[in-house]
Amino acid sequence: MVNNNSSSAFVKFDRVQKSYDGETLVVKDLNLEVPKGEFLTMLGPSGSGKTTCLMMLAGFETATHGEIMLNGISINNIPPHKRGIGMVFQNYALFPHMSVAENLSFPLEVRKLDKATREEKVNRALDMVEMGEFKGRRPAQLSGGQQQRIALARALVFEPELVLMDEPLGALDKQLREKMQFEITGLAHRLGITVVYVTHDQTEALTMSDRVAVFNDGRIQQLATPDQLYEEPENSFVAQFIGENNTLNGTISDLKSDVATVKLDSGDIIDCKPVNVSTIGERTQVSIRPERVELNKKRLPPGSHTLTAEVLEFIYMGDVFRTRLRVAGNEDFIVKTRNSSDQVRLNPGEKIEIGWSTSCCRALDA
Amino acid sequence: MVSSSSTNVLLSADGTPLKKSLNRSLRQQKMRALLLIAPLLIFILVAFIMPIISMLSRSVENELVGQTLPLTVQSIQSWDAMSGELPDEPVYRAFAQDIQNAAKAKVHTKVALRLNYEKSGIASLFKKTARKAKKWDIENDGPFKEKLIKVHKGWGEVEVWQTIKTHSPTYTSGYFLNAVDMRKTVQGAEWQPEDKTILIKLFQRTLVMSLIITFSCIILGYPVAWLLANLPMRQANLLMILVLLPFWTSLLVRTSAWKVMLQQQGVINDVLVQLSLISNEGRLIMINNEIGTIVAMTHILLPFMILPMYSVMQTIPPSYLRAAKSLGATNWTAFWRVYFPQSVPGIGAGSILVFILAIGYYITPEIVGGTKGVFISNRIAYHILKSLNWGLAAALGTILLVAVLILYWTYDKIVGIDNVKLGG
Ligand SMILES: Nc1ncnc2c1ncn2[C@@H]1O[C@H](COP(=O)(O)OP(=O)(O)OP(=O)(O)O)[C@@H](O)[C@H]1O
Ligand SMILES: [Mg+2]
Repeated sequence: MVNNNSSSAFVKFDRVQKSYDGETLVVKDLNLEVPKGEFLTMLGPSGSGKTTCLMMLAGFETATHGEIMLNGISINNIPPHKRGIGMVFQNYALFPHMSVAENLSFPLEVRKLDKATREEKVNRALDMVEMGEFKGRRPAQLSGGQQQRIALARALVFEPELVLMDEPLGALDKQLREKMQFEITGLAHRLGITVVYVTHDQTEALTMSDRVAVFNDGRIQQLATPDQLYEEPENSFVAQFIGENNTLNGTISDLKSDVATVKLDSGDIIDCKPVNVSTIGERTQVSIRPERVELNKKRLPPGSHTLTAEVLEFIYMGDVFRTRLRVAGNEDFIVKTRNSSDQVRLNPGEKIEIGWSTSCCRALDA
Repeated sequence: MVSSSSTNVLLSADGTPLKKSLNRSLRQQKMRALLLIAPLLIFILVAFIMPIISMLSRSVENELVGQTLPLTVQSIQSWDAMSGELPDEPVYRAFAQDIQNAAKAKVHTKVALRLNYEKSGIASLFKKTARKAKKWDIENDGPFKEKLIKVHKGWGEVEVWQTIKTHSPTYTSGYFLNAVDMRKTVQGAEWQPEDKTILIKLFQRTLVMSLIITFSCIILGYPVAWLLANLPMRQANLLMILVLLPFWTSLLVRTSAWKVMLQQQGVINDVLVQLSLISNEGRLIMINNEIGTIVAMTHILLPFMILPMYSVMQTIPPSYLRAAKSLGATNWTAFWRVYFPQSVPGIGAGSILVFILAIGYYITPEIVGGTKGVFISNRIAYHILKSLNWGLAAALGTILLVAVLILYWTYDKIVGIDNVKLGG
């Protein structure tokens, strides 16, 4: 659904900065383009400025510097109620003194729609989230998941093109959360709306989004599709933050265009794919995903470097085995192997040789 | 776990029925809790409930006449008060006996005062008669009709005897009738003469002015409460201290300060003259009238409005307003449709508090109210302290109490009392 002539993006942050107190920048330099119809997630640790960005987009906070554009028009000076952006709040913010139907009809009333149209739209929105029979209830008489649906319906009932959601599923239990994730993405794609979604749950981000913007320290660390993010993290923060990750520290001893040779602090030599290292002698953090580590030497390409590892712990998890190793001084080196018939179970104390293909081992900034 | 499945009664470990041992342990808990609050309970009973009961009963009690003049009350029953004729000799004789006894026991002044509320002049009549009656020999000195009329010609007036008869029963509605500007006569209840009607007007004024004060408190208090709930912590604390500051000064001092502010040569008038908004001759009269009372009491009662409002507003998350705006509401609509309805319980609580305090307020109207700005409570105080007509004071107080209860009930019906929140 991504707009093909995306020369002008639907939502655009252009060198946006934000400071609350005039001393520290909470958002440092935000450049972000969201094409129409995209489901974009802002993911990042607590305090990284996600909510702040969303609030600036919704109009509840003003950008200290830079411009925010919607549909090619700068919205810096447009008050929130004229932006026509739907929003789902973390605590739902359903109006407690109004019934479900009144909550939904509120945005239509302020748009001065007539009664019949209002009723029709409210019913349609309620049916969309399968909450038709709860019309007359007060929000306090609904469960958390039901309130969530109503909040979603209310944000969609006036048919905004852009919907913002700030951790809308944070208060739900795991099962319900997974169900709602599915429903939200389904709805978003069916209606063709653009969604900017905030979460600090990485699974949520990876499963729901077209693209994910990883935030840290007021900056976007990487903006990519979920698979790129997981498999090709561009810096050590992203590698650490997304999924499970093994790190080894060392210095670059040789650098070619597609292979960097790294001398680990333990003295071992390995080959990596250079990602954001540029000079020989530079410190680097090498990142390997646990499931990309190869225990079977025969499967490695000839001539690749291997390391000696000592098994510290073996955990049987059903579909996978999880082995904790001591590798090059790192005692938290995790290896995940699939529970297949030819896979051996390792015993603590055993010494083994491990390796990986160069493309899976990324030399990142230290 | 011992439980007998054969019978339906569950037994606890020692064999007694489970229900019984549960009740016993609950009772013990209740007793202990009761013991803990016993001092407060007793205090409330003695210092609060009993005075109210005593006041309520005083408003209908009328034992004095019957106790002091027992024979007269008995014999006057057969007299037809409507006949227009004086009672017969036996009534006069009985009265002579009663007044002699009363004079000897020195209790005649009380009953004289009591009857004087109903018909002025009776007090002197009684006093004069009592002085003479002490020397009479009741057995032989008759007939008393002529004798009494000779002592004071008042005993020849039918109305005096009518008054005695009307007010002889042990319980009377007389005080309540008086409290609403009526009086009890032999013909039944009738309106007081024009020059004596003041209480209904006072009740009305008390109600109307209390409403105005409550309303002014809402208007002035709402923005302050809103600021308190929405300012950053530091400023909010400072503001809170300012709101509470009046509580640290004596009520008298604050009220007197208003006297200084509002009087004709006072600060406000001076400023207005300086700004030539008014001429020197046209200085406003803002004290010793309704304006003085309203201004001073609004100021004094304002914290009682602000605090409940604040505690309710504090619980309204700012996200509601944001949600409303994101849904397309202007600032005003968002406030009026979303914020305000949620702050109503605070307004309700504050209003009830302020209104009930205002309706019974005494000191401030007394000091700054003059004659036009006094409340019913000032009249009550007058009857308790000056005229000593406690029965009337009690009746007025009872009416006030009932009025407040009715208002409370109406509020409950319209808004619902569980909608009143003093916090959290
Ligand atoms: N109104 C405010 N005034 C001052 N500082 C603020 C304000 N709101 C947020 N901050 C600061 O800005 C930073 C970013 O906050 P923000 O709420 O955007 O984080 P977030 O990424 O949404 O975090 P979380 O995942 O915990 O919700 C934090 O350090 C926070 O303390
Ligand atoms: Mg947040």
